[in-house]
Amino acid sequence: MEKLIEQFSFGLFFWQLLIFVILIIVLKKFAWKPILKAVNDREEGIKQALDSAEKAKLEMANLQADNEKLLQEARNERDAMMKEAREIKTKMIADAKEEAQAEADKMIKQAQTAIESEKKAAMAELKSHVAELSVEIAEKVVRKELSTKNEQLELVDDMLADAKLN
Amino acid sequence: MQKPFIVKILFSAVVLLSLTVAQAQEPQESPESKALTEYEDTEQTSKIKEFIDHHLLDSYYFTFFSDKEEGEYYGFPLPVILFDDGIKVFSSSKFNHGNTVAEVDGEHYKLYHSKIYKTNAAGDINYDDEGHATNEKPLDFSITKNVVTMVLVSILMFFMFRALATSYKKNNGIPTGIGRFLEPLVLFVRDEIAIPNIGEKNYRKYMSYLLTVFFFVWFLNLLGMTPLGVNVTGNIAVTFGLALITFLITHFTANKNYWAHIFWMPGVPKLMRIVLAPIELLGVFIKPFSLMIRLYANMTAGHVVLMSIIALMFIFKNWIGSSLSFGLAFALAILELLVAALQAYIFTMLSALYFGMANEESH
Repeated sequence: MEKLIEQFSFGLFFWQLLIFVILIIVLKKFAWKPILKAVNDREEGIKQALDSAEKAKLEMANLQADNEKLLQEARNERDAMMKEAREIKTKMIADAKEEAQAEADKMIKQAQTAIESEKKAAMAELKSHVAELSVEIAEKVVRKELSTKNEQLELVDDMLADAKLN
Repeated sequence: MQKPFIVKILFSAVVLLSLTVAQAQEPQESPESKALTEYEDTEQTSKIKEFIDHHLLDSYYFTFFSDKEEGEYYGFPLPVILFDDGIKVFSSSKFNHGNTVAEVDGEHYKLYHSKIYKTNAAGDINYDDEGHATNEKPLDFSITKNVVTMVLVSILMFFMFRALATSYKKNNGIPTGIGRFLEPLVLFVRDEIAIPNIGEKNYRKYMSYLLTVFFFVWFLNLLGMTPLGVNVTGNIAVTFGLALITFLITHFTANKNYWAHIFWMPGVPKLMRIVLAPIELLGVFIKPFSLMIRLYANMTAGHVVLMSIIALMFIFKNWIGSSLSFGLAFALAILELLVAALQAYIFTMLSALYFGMANEESH
């Protein structure tokens, strides 16, 4: 300790303080302040850039979610439309079928009636023709059969016999 | 992982050294020759001790290397400034390395054990009973070797950090050149020393001091490792100055809470407060005192050990011992490089810690 005190040089102490204090002041003005400011600015910049990147990412995600939603909606709408169309189609087909059936039924009915009436007319005509023909045939047969006297008598006999039988 | 390895190497080197010493001392023939070698040994040892002592002290010359036997010194003298009935300025070459008496304006001064004493024309030094010189010491403001070194380091620091500061503007916020090396260190001081110890809120006002003291001490420590042979941070006046500034800044920026913790400790019984006050007050002075002694002792011890081991090479003068002490000196030099950075870090860290205490809010 005694040696230390003996070694202590007041002059060196004085110069050291002077040099050191001047060094602090000079470096503060010319080095530390600009350095720390630049570093700070840079760090702020990096932080801001990161923040904005994060924000952009979030926005992007939002946008994507929106897009997805929109797409989903569109898909749903399309599905709904398709379904509706399908329903309409089925209904239309069913309707058409029904209508066609009805029409066909109607037509068949008409045809049947027409056929019936035609048939009736044809039958009537046939009847009248047959009547005429049978009268004509009968007339011819009668004329031929009853051309002689004997024959005429025979017939009368037959008829009388028949009548007796009855 | 690395530390135990170095310690192992050091340990084995020491063991081997002691073995070679024992072997080297064996072959000695007659008592006379033994006495002679012993005399030579002690003379050489005392010479080395003197050399190391001299190296540790401040000097009025900037000597790069010297040959005492030839009386040749390679270096340059520095100006001596004395306050003794007015300012006396003269070159230290007048002392002729302590061999002659410098006569300035009718007064005589002599260099004795690296200190300037006022003497008579013949240069007689008077001693007291314990062998201390009793001559008057003039007030000495000389530009010594340490002052020159500090000025050089200051200029170096100015240009280095000015380069870093200007490189930001030139290169759009990214440092160039030496700034690439310095910027991480500046950030280290800010992020690892200032902010954790002082706090995000108050650290800014201390940054200039912390950065300056960190690089100042570190560069001076490193310069002490060079063969220039300067030992600035191992000088008690320098470390006293640094510790004093830490002390002053701590107490000029201290808040009410800090003073309350010293003189009227909150949260303890009244009687204890009275007991604690002097202890706390003592602590106020012990803290910077420990800063001063720690840096001084570490750097001085480092220089002494390293120089002693280097000197061992010249004592052994044989292949095994000298090469071993070279290896040891090499390992120690690497350790000292670490110590140089570590002491700068510790000084800065503790200063920051004290600033942090001065700014602590009551909780």
